[in-house]
Amino acid sequence: MDYISKSKKRSLTVLALVISLLHAVPFYILITTALKVRGDYSSKWVFPTEWDLGNFADAWNEANMGNALINSGIITFCAAILLIVFGSMAAYPLARRQTKLNKYVYFLFIAIMVIPPLTALVPLYQLVVDIGLMNTRTVAVLNNVASFMPLTIFLYAGFIRSTIPKELEEAARIDGASTIGIFFKIIFPLLKPITATVLIICCVYIWNDYQFAIFFLQSDEVKTLTVTISSFFGENANNLNMVASAAIIAMLPMVILFLFLQKFFIEGLASGSVKG
Amino acid sequence: MSEISKRTENNPAPVEKKRLNLKKVFTTSLWWMYLPALIIVCFFIVYPFLDGIRISFTNWNGFSQTYSYIGFDQYKRMLFDSNTWLIVKNTLLYGLGSTILQNVIGLMYALLLNQSIRMKSVVRTIIYLPVIISPLIMGYIWYFFFSYQGGALNDVLQVLGFDKVNALGNPSVNTWLIVFVNTYQFVGIAMIIYLAGLQSISKDYYEAAQIDGATPFQRFKNITLPLLIPSITINMVLNIIGGLKLFDVIISLTNGGPGNASQSMSTFMYSLYFDKQDAGYAATQGVLMAVIILILSLSALIYFRSKEVEA
Repeated sequence: MDYISKSKKRSLTVLALVISLLHAVPFYILITTALKVRGDYSSKWVFPTEWDLGNFADAWNEANMGNALINSGIITFCAAILLIVFGSMAAYPLARRQTKLNKYVYFLFIAIMVIPPLTALVPLYQLVVDIGLMNTRTVAVLNNVASFMPLTIFLYAGFIRSTIPKELEEAARIDGASTIGIFFKIIFPLLKPITATVLIICCVYIWNDYQFAIFFLQSDEVKTLTVTISSFFGENANNLNMVASAAIIAMLPMVILFLFLQKFFIEGLASGSVKG
Repeated sequence: MSEISKRTENNPAPVEKKRLNLKKVFTTSLWWMYLPALIIVCFFIVYPFLDGIRISFTNWNGFSQTYSYIGFDQYKRMLFDSNTWLIVKNTLLYGLGSTILQNVIGLMYALLLNQSIRMKSVVRTIIYLPVIISPLIMGYIWYFFFSYQGGALNDVLQVLGFDKVNALGNPSVNTWLIVFVNTYQFVGIAMIIYLAGLQSISKDYYEAAQIDGATPFQRFKNITLPLLIPSITINMVLNIIGGLKLFDVIISLTNGGPGNASQSMSTFMYSLYFDKQDAGYAATQGVLMAVIILILSLSALIYFRSKEVEA
């Protein structure tokens, strides 16, 4: 970063602010739409003088958003736990034991990362029907775990290789600790930084997942937020104020989380990319 | 673990033997540790993927118990289906178009935020915010902007004295709008990765170049760009894979329409399977999609890896 003059600094600041204003436009439009009274056909640019917070209440009740929030929450939580436990456990031997078998298995996981899960939609759908998991939260959890497992293992394995000393395990072995004990009591606590990165990346994607959810979660009681919003939009295309309110409710939990944990969201991505 | 204890019991010189066993311990595969992950992945990705290849050689409709193997008929049908080429073209536009835009704009934003300007973190937050929002909802938000009736864009056009435009219903425009919305949403990721890349470049290079009298453009071309190649590789591969798989935002913005005009391979496959009960053909399209993604992401990876330099 070289020295820049005051006037150049000022003009660059103005440029950056103009860019962020442009980026904020869609959110502004969303908020004005959500606040307007039904039948208020004034332009979406005009901030309404009379607010109708009833749009939010109507959206909440009519779209059954409470239920959708719970479903999205349960699915995201369970999938994240499974990813972290099984992913870190899988990454350890793959990073530390360079046997022939392990090299093949690691290669298999990496190769799977390139396969888009959707290409296997047809047989996957049939498989889910056959094992009787259609319209269950379980299938959404397992599908998300499967599709993020390669990335999780990749991130954990890279971190273990570069930051966890081998001597740690040797010392614990001499003390007579078991493999599982060594892993969960000694290694896992040291993986905290990368666990935070994995957690954030996977939670955002799983919370926002629509591709899997729309195929496998069609009955009302298991619908997630995205599926609820898309069917709500279909039914209420003439009441966009309510749809906009529903969209705001659906994105609020992630936005709040992001604003509070921003450091982790951005630093996790940045450090992951520099190391990878 | 029990192996160690057993062997040491029979050994009179435990310290010496323990060393040896340690070596042995480090050459065991510990395969049971990755078994759960492997089972889940094989069951939900590898098996369906392979089975999809089998189904692409059948005329299965997606629900009946019987079907027959018809050889390469579905592949022939795919080659002569005019939809296929329209949709491959769209998919490539979504994939490559958003990759180029996200990288160019993301790099420009990163260069701007790498300067000592005010309110940097606010700007960064606003540009990054869309990344965490569901692409489906992002599509609806932009629908409010572009829609013909009461859309925010048309209000501006009318105030300026132009006619209203039906941007989302116009097949030659709406594919670009999908590229635009996808770029708007994910440019924050490219920006952050480039910013991290820029900050990892040592200041010494720039100082040396300045002493040698290099212009800002020369410094960018000869120092910044070559040292940013690792970041470019990650961004390219991430964006190509993401863009070629595009699904949610298309559903909410245009639903693939009008007709099939803005379908991607993902949305087309979805409609073949669920609306047209054409499972065999949908599987064939799936195979084509996997091949395209594989070729493009691998060639991007290999090309940019070969350009990497030691910093």
